[in-house]
Order: sequence, then C-alpha cells, then structure tokens
Amino acid sequence: MNEIVLKGRQLTRTLAGEVPVTLVQDANLDLARGEFVAIMGPSGSGKSSLLYLLGLLDSASSGKIWIDGVDTSTYNETELATIRLNKLGFIFQSHFLLPEFTALENVTLPMKRRGVLSSEEMKERGLKLLGDLGLAGHEHKIPRKLSGGQSQRVAIARALANEPVLILADEPTGNLDSASSGQVRDILRALVRDLGRAVAVVTHESEMGAAADRIISIVDGRIVQGGSAKE
Amino acid sequence: MSVLFAIATRHLLARKRQSFVSLLGIILGVGFFLAISSLMVGSERDFIRRLVDNSPHISIYDEFRIPRSQPIRELYPRGAIELRSVKPVRETRGIRGYESIVDQLRTIPGVRASQMLAGQALVSYAGRDLGITLNGVIPDDLRDVSTIEKYLLSGTVDDLIANPDGILIGAELARKLNIERSEIITIAATTGQVKNFKVLGLFRTGRASYDESQTFVHISRVQALLNRAQRANTIIVKIPDPYQAQALAANIERRIGYKSVSWQETSEDLMSTLKIRNTIMYSVVSAVLIVAAFGIFNVISTVVLEKQRDIAILKSMGFFARDIMQIFLVQGLLLGAVGCLAGIPFGMLLMTALSQIRFKPPGGLETISMPIDWGWSQFAIATAFAMSAAIAAGYFPARKAARLQPVDILRGGA
Repeated sequence: MNEIVLKGRQLTRTLAGEVPVTLVQDANLDLARGEFVAIMGPSGSGKSSLLYLLGLLDSASSGKIWIDGVDTSTYNETELATIRLNKLGFIFQSHFLLPEFTALENVTLPMKRRGVLSSEEMKERGLKLLGDLGLAGHEHKIPRKLSGGQSQRVAIARALANEPVLILADEPTGNLDSASSGQVRDILRALVRDLGRAVAVVTHESEMGAAADRIISIVDGRIVQGGSAKE
Repeated sequence: MSVLFAIATRHLLARKRQSFVSLLGIILGVGFFLAISSLMVGSERDFIRRLVDNSPHISIYDEFRIPRSQPIRELYPRGAIELRSVKPVRETRGIRGYESIVDQLRTIPGVRASQMLAGQALVSYAGRDLGITLNGVIPDDLRDVSTIEKYLLSGTVDDLIANPDGILIGAELARKLNIERSEIITIAATTGQVKNFKVLGLFRTGRASYDESQTFVHISRVQALLNRAQRANTIIVKIPDPYQAQALAANIERRIGYKSVSWQETSEDLMSTLKIRNTIMYSVVSAVLIVAAFGIFNVISTVVLEKQRDIAILKSMGFFARDIMQIFLVQGLLLGAVGCLAGIPFGMLLMTALSQIRFKPPGGLETISMPIDWGWSQFAIATAFAMSAAIAAGYFPARKAARLQPVDILRGGA
C-alpha cells in the first residue's frame, strides 16, 4: 500500500451554542498517496465540514490529524498556515480567484508567498500549469474574462502551484456545466494517475464518485463507509 | 512583502473613486494643517521676535527676590524672636556698584549692558497733567540696549546725545498733550523738583500704554530730579542669544544678589497664553486630519468587507494572519504616504498664498504681510500626524481582516 498522506482519528467538530451542533463525529479516515477519494453524502451531512477539518481550515473539537506524517494537533495558526502553504491545495465550488489579478498572477500567488522560486521559475511553472490545463493563451486574462470552466481550471492550477501532496476539493464541479465538469473530473483523475497526488473531493455527483478510487460515505456527521483504505 | 504590496495596491486601484476621495481628505488635511500651523507658529515667532527685540533680554533691579531678614533672626534661626519698633534705615535706593556690574557684564562676549534710573513723574503742559515714567539713560548706550530708535517718528538718539536737556516721548503722549517736536514741557518729580525739557523726538512702538507713559531722558537729569545722584535702579542687558536669557539671569542673580529678570520671566503670562493658543491650534488642525482618517477607515473597512472571500482564499492558500493584516495596513500607509506627498505641495501653495496677503494693522503705518513659518518642523509634524492617522485608520479594519476565519466565509460562500 502507498504511503499515507492524510490520517484523521476520532475527529469531532461541535459548534458551541445554546444547543450545540455536532457537524462531524468520531471520524476516522486515511488517504494514501496516489489515491482519489470522493466524500459523498446527503446535504448537511457534514461532508464540507470534514473537508475543512482535514484541510486545517477549521479546528477539531477533539481528535487528531496527521498530514504527511506530521501530527498537527498541537500546531498554532501560523504553523497550520505553513502546512497549508507547503502540503495542501484547495479547490472550491466557486473558483475564488482574486478578481484584480490575471490568471497567471493568481496561479503564482502561492509560489510568491512561499518565496522559494525565482520570479522566472514561478512564471515558468505557472505557464506550464495553465498550459497543462488547456489554458494557454489565457494567462493574462483577468477572471471575469474567463468562462466558469476556465476559471475553475485556473483555480486548480493555483491549488497545484506549490506541488502539494494532498488536494482537497469542495464540490469543484458544482457550478459548472456537464462538459466543464467532465474536464475537471479528468484533470483530478490525471493528477492522481500522472503526478501521484492524493485527492479528496466532496461531491454530490455520481460521475465524480464513479471516477474515484474510493467513496467515503458520511451521514449525520459520521463516516458510515469507506473511511479506511483497507475497507 | 512584494506580493502583499501588490494585493494592497490592486485593492485600492480597483476602487479608484473611493480611494481618491479618501486621498483627497488627507491631501486637504495635510495642506490646511501646514497652512494653519505655519501661520500660527509664524505669528508666534514674529510676536516673540518683537518681544525680544523691544524688551531688555535681562533686567537687573535694585531689589531682592527674597527680602533680607533681620540679622538677629539669622543668628538664632530656631529662636523665638519678637521684634518691636523696628526703624528701617533711610537709604537712597539703587544698585550698589552698578558701574562695576555693568563693566563685568560687558566682559562677556557679545553682551551689551547699560544702567538706567527710572522713576515716576508728572508732565504738565497747557494745563494738563499726566503721569509718566522717566527713563534716565546714557544716550550713547541707548542704541545698544534698546530698539527705541527704530520707532522714532521724528528726531534721533543723536539729538539726545547732543542735548542732555532733551526728552524723547511717545506719540500717544504727544497726542494727548497736543504737543509737537521742539516744544518745551515741564516735568515734576515726586521729590518736588521741577525741570523743563525740550521734546527732541516722538516714537511709536505700537503699544499704546507704552507710547503714552514712557519717556527717555539723560540719566544725569533724572538723578537730579529724583535726588539720587550717582544712582541707577536698573541695568538692562542685551545678549546675542535671547533664549539663553533665563540661564544668564539666574547666574547674574546668584553672583550679585539683585533681582535679575529675563524676558521670559517678564512675559510668563504671554508665553503661557501662546502655549494654550498652540494647543487649541493643533487640536483644530488635527481634527481635520482625524476626519480625513475616517475616510481611510471607511475605504479599508469596505475593502475588508468586500474582500472577505479573497481573505479566506488567501488564508486557505497558506497566507498568515499577519500577512492579511499587512495587506490592509499597507493600504492605510499608501493612502497616508501619497496623501502627504500631494498634501505637502498643496500646503506650500497655501502658505505661499497666505504670505502674499498684505495689510495695514489698525493704527499702524506700515503694511505688513502674514508671518509664515517655513521651518521643517511644521512639515514633520503634519507628515507624522497624517501618517499616524492613516495607519491607525488602517489598523482596525486590518486587525478585523486578520482575525477572519476562512471556514466561516467559505461555508457561506460555497
């Protein structure tokens, strides 16, 4: 079996209030390098909440998360941000591109924040990513000049900018037509197959589920099936 | 930093109109701050310059700051002493050894000093009697220790040197008595002595009370009128740096014992009034910049509100909270810096325009212009205040942005 890049144990997320709401409860899951997992379940079942926990965007009320073998449970906000910068890539339902920046500038933003590559190297990598995703010729367009599918592909290129070990996507095809959805699905599949990335996708779409290596089913915040690669 | 700077500038450029309006606020604020403060500081400096020029820098009087105590009390400081029927020694008042004090003072480089005997007298002319102050001076020294010659409307100090029985009087006094130059007036001292003087010159300092009460005559004539031969009750001193007057006065008083008063001490009430005026002035002009800072606060707050998704995505990418804070602080800094850069030339323009205004003060003869201070400190204060206001205006929205939790935004925006 491939190396585990994401491990979650006993993950619980409860929103405090007069009536506490449990979003995720006792979730255990593993994700290996080169694995494509779809997280599926009814609306409000806690799929996105689980993804935010796994992406270190939200803090678990209890439980632990290991990213690439590192226990993140004791990390402060800055250390968690550093892991997101170096190890994780996010794709959301909306592309969330910065509207004032061109496609290429959006893609190079994470590289600039990381500050490892030279300007030339960043530009070169950005152009290659956009080219690989079929966006050659659109590099200098601002997001409002791009179609929904193109914008989402720019967002994917941005997620890949720092060569993350794990890509987390929240309904990445939710706002796209069927043709664009198919393209995004193929790209995600190719990321796993060709680049050996681990991909976890929250989705409602059966096609995305069919493209995944494994489906994690979640109901009322509990993983009911597919949490472990061994299952 | 360059990526944060790029994001900050793009945010501002994306909202050109609002950014420009808030920038305009800072430009106007800095401009008016400079114009008003330079005018106020200029007028204050002008006022102090006139005060310093027209007054002795140090006056030494024939009195003591702490009255001398009875010798018996000094001998038995803890004794229970009661003195009765004390008869004061009748002595002619004056500064003892004033000539040697003046000589000593003149040995200090740049220091000019001269003795004076001042006393009260009554001037009579055409049936009118008015109380005046007779300033007995050494006419040869008058130019060195006084600026009275500058204010002479007619006559010169040389006339007083040439004619020891002459007198220089204020134009206001001349107006009240209806006399002109070359006329003879009669002056009666408190001793009962009476003497005639020829009016050799009229002066106008602009201070009505001074112009109607002060007169200058030869010291020997005052000594005769007041029965105080070879006496002087005041030594007036001019020094090269008037702002050293306080220290030198204290030093003189320590050495000779006589009360030595600097111009600062004499004008203490005026100086404190100026301080209050400055406080009011800075409060008012600062208010302009504070209002402008609210413009910046408004723009950056709006940007933070509108860019919540961008903030969330930047954080999800791995940008630190402090990066987000810096983005918005940079916006405040940029608006402040550009506002200062444009506001300073605007302020200089206003200052130039103000300095061109010329007017004749009521009762004055010469046309004067607005006194503008072009010192660097005005520019430094305006810049520092504008930048502080801009940074403070950026800080609060920036802090709010840095504290945003990406998950709260993404949940709502997905």
